[in-house]
Amino acid sequence: MISEILQGLFKHIDSFLMSCLLFTMLVGLFVLYSASGQSFDRISSQLVNIAVALVVMWLAANIPPQHLERIAVPIYVFGVILLIGVALFGEVSHGARRWLSLGFTKIQPSEIMRIAVPLMLAWFFSKRERSHRIIDFAIAALLLLIPVALIVKQPDLGTALLISASGFFVLFLAGLSWKFLIGGMVAISASMPLFWSMLHDYQRKRIEILIDPTQDPLGAGYHTIQATIALGSGGLTGKGWLNGTQAQLDFLPERTTDFIFAVFGEEFGMIGNLLLLTLFSLIIIRGIVIASQAKSTFTRLLAGSITLTFFTYAFVNVGMVSGVLPVVGVPLPLISYGGTSMVTLLLGFGILMSIQTHKKLVASG
Amino acid sequence: MRSSNELKNYQHEQHDFKLRLAVLGLLVILAFAALTIRFYFLQIKRYDYYQTLAENNRISIVPITPNRGLITDRNGVVLAHNFFVYTLEITPSKVEDLDKTIAELAKLVEVSSFDLKRFNKLKEQSHNFESIPLRTHLNEIEAAKFAVNRFRFPGVELKSRLFRHYPLGKMGAHMIGYIGRINDKDLTDMEAADTLSNYKGSDHIGKSGIEQSYETELHGTTGFQQVEIDADGQAVRTLSSTAPISGNNVVLSVDIKLQEIAETAFGEHRGALVAIKPDTGEVLAFVSMPTFDPNLFVDGIDVDNWNQLNNSLDKPLINRPLRGIYPPGSTFKPFVALAGLEAGKRLPPFSINDPGYFTLPNSVHQYHDWKPGGHGVVDIRRAITVSCDTFFYGLAMELGIDKLTNFVRHFGFGIKSGIDINGEIPGLLPTPEWKMRRYKQPWYMGETVITGIGQGYTLVTPMQLAQAIAILANKGVAMRPRLVSGITNTKTGAVSIIKPTVNEKIPLNEGNLEIVKLGMIDVTMPGGTAASVGANAGYSIAAKTGTAQVIGMKKNEKYNANAIDERHRDHALFIAYAPAEVPKIALAVIVENGGHGGSAAGPIARKVMDYYLLGKLPPVEVPPEMNPKNPSAAAPKPPPIDAPEEDIHD
Repeated sequence: MISEILQGLFKHIDSFLMSCLLFTMLVGLFVLYSASGQSFDRISSQLVNIAVALVVMWLAANIPPQHLERIAVPIYVFGVILLIGVALFGEVSHGARRWLSLGFTKIQPSEIMRIAVPLMLAWFFSKRERSHRIIDFAIAALLLLIPVALIVKQPDLGTALLISASGFFVLFLAGLSWKFLIGGMVAISASMPLFWSMLHDYQRKRIEILIDPTQDPLGAGYHTIQATIALGSGGLTGKGWLNGTQAQLDFLPERTTDFIFAVFGEEFGMIGNLLLLTLFSLIIIRGIVIASQAKSTFTRLLAGSITLTFFTYAFVNVGMVSGVLPVVGVPLPLISYGGTSMVTLLLGFGILMSIQTHKKLVASG
Repeated sequence: MRSSNELKNYQHEQHDFKLRLAVLGLLVILAFAALTIRFYFLQIKRYDYYQTLAENNRISIVPITPNRGLITDRNGVVLAHNFFVYTLEITPSKVEDLDKTIAELAKLVEVSSFDLKRFNKLKEQSHNFESIPLRTHLNEIEAAKFAVNRFRFPGVELKSRLFRHYPLGKMGAHMIGYIGRINDKDLTDMEAADTLSNYKGSDHIGKSGIEQSYETELHGTTGFQQVEIDADGQAVRTLSSTAPISGNNVVLSVDIKLQEIAETAFGEHRGALVAIKPDTGEVLAFVSMPTFDPNLFVDGIDVDNWNQLNNSLDKPLINRPLRGIYPPGSTFKPFVALAGLEAGKRLPPFSINDPGYFTLPNSVHQYHDWKPGGHGVVDIRRAITVSCDTFFYGLAMELGIDKLTNFVRHFGFGIKSGIDINGEIPGLLPTPEWKMRRYKQPWYMGETVITGIGQGYTLVTPMQLAQAIAILANKGVAMRPRLVSGITNTKTGAVSIIKPTVNEKIPLNEGNLEIVKLGMIDVTMPGGTAASVGANAGYSIAAKTGTAQVIGMKKNEKYNANAIDERHRDHALFIAYAPAEVPKIALAVIVENGGHGGSAAGPIARKVMDYYLLGKLPPVEVPPEMNPKNPSAAAPKPPPIDAPEEDIHD
């Protein structure tokens, strides 16, 4: 009886993916405990974030992909309207207009677009299953560029980057022609100077300082310098949990959020880093398997995009902390403190699980 | 047809999708491989580099200042010590509005314009994150007032700092010296001497006297604490610490009671006194009058006090024993006499009949004796006793300037005594070579003549004169003069006695020494120039008086001490040793503008010798409002008089 209920409850949960996620989040809690200066408050509040995110994931896993297909367009349109609302009436904080006040609460519409954009594009291509015309890709690109442009303007480079990536993955998996792809890459390289001129000063500075962090060791370069010192001084085996001097003595900025990987790398060393990459790889591999087994174009493209967006998260964050990518505000997935990113991520994994566990039903139905 | 086409299409699409998925999978592998290479570079290859950086980040070396050693007199009386005082200190980088904070603080504790000036000066000289004193010497009430209001003043701290204090104030200030804040010149000197690291955390350094010359002993070794700090520079915990080693205590050979008696004896007179134990070279008293309060200098002297000290005609800041130069006058005569005797000249029973003047052969110029009409028949012993100028004019001429100066140089004239504090100047013992070098003029015979009575170019410091008489008292054995007799290691308690060192043994004939000594004993006997000094002494005193002219007198012009300005009067000189048979103390006294040596300088010497030899205290003659323990505290200032251009070259 009880086992039946449990079986019913976990019917749509992918056990392998779930185990990897739970284990990674558990590691994350340990790192957060150390990074927060052994704060139980932080841990319990992160546990609440995880609990909420797991509920969202469970709900998403239990919604059949067909339903998602149906709500793709409304969510997208709703999201874009909110983004326009932000551009017009948004609240400014720290020089960026990202939040929209609804009176009782504040929301960040760009977060909605993280899932709405891949949904929308996957839906779009599923409706044009048999055509590979350039015009389709042009429309898809436009659908992607509208929210991205609005988000870049806020400005929120990190989110814009991740949404662009998620959209790009859909386009690529939908069969974007190789010629066009290569041509696009060339075009992007050629348009770099223009892109450079459009960037905000602080964004340019971040890139400049990435190239040479010593330019501004106490200002913008401080983050990168202290993070590489933390990682480098961790060595092969690390300084041990709670023993990272860079982390424990406040040298690392934003160490519970964007720079939490520096804490991890300092305390657990290269071995720890490789284990974390392995965990991420297992999640990515499972996502790719789900995508390759998916039955419809919509689910295929959605699963592929969600998986590779997760990869982009991880790569961009680790890359920026270890000093090979510019500092853009991207948290380390499943590890960094914060509710929004946790919910968005697990919502994505819930959709993956739904795609995996509903395909038999689709086939039989 | 359509369905198979559709299926084919579907399969093709499936295939293409998987290919593209594989491409992205490869991208993931490449990306993670790139990260792995980066980890290898940071965490393995450059591990040592980043490890060092992390250590430097977290570890700060905090110096622990050692306690400065004490200075005591030979009997253990403390002359310089340290005590804790409350200071109110501000770290500018931690204060948002400095002016407002200071204004608010001024409502709680008094902040004078001097405090503000000093604060601003120190602020300019130091880093913003250093703690700078605003007020020092807060009393208990002020400290408590601030402590209650502490929370209102972030970045302001009540600290307890070790301060140097000279409990006897003005007494012996020139010899003890003082410490002051380390300035740029000190830093340069320390860098050259490679002692800079030992002064991390020290604010003060010896600036003069014993404090300066024995800085190495007194300062001690700075301890260090390795502290783990956070990114704000706040200490989190101590990793290791090396305790500081307190500075050594310096024991002076000076008897501070003797010093007090000497200083009191000077009264309002300016001048100097140096007393030496002849057989060891130990300095027993080292007086420079007027003196000053060294406590004023410890934390930076304020402008008013500085101007008062620096602009005073009395020049209280000059270390007279070491840097005051005076013509030796007649105190030079015993040495000239000995030079003659050692050269085989004027040996008894040789005598002259003094007409009251001396003339060089083939010249009509008369060199007058101080006594008009002369002293009659005078042998060498009596020439010393009555200070017969005519006798020494002739002797000097006969010896010649070279023989004369070469002999007296052994007694320290014209060279530094080598006393163990800095700042000594060598005085001047003129030679024909020196005159040619200095004035491009040949040496005249007449200059040799007046050198014989201590006039002319010859200049001595009180220290030199004391050293000369000490050498004479010690029968030609020149001991190195020393203010410090021992150094106590504060850690082990071990005392290292500084052994007397012989500078030189001048080979002298005992008989000649005896003749000079007898002549000098007679000085303090009835008929001598300082008969009153020797009266009822109870011990025998060998002495010589001297008078040094301040302004040039026209030939034949009569000197009337009472008729001229006090500052134009002659300097009074007096040298002595006692007891004459077995000398225990030798001293030189100079009273500026004191007039005659026997009457102005002699009584001071007598009081010093009485106390040292007999333990006899001088009769109390100070007015009741003066504190006898602080003899110069209430000395009223003499009326200002225009300083004369001292013309000591007759």
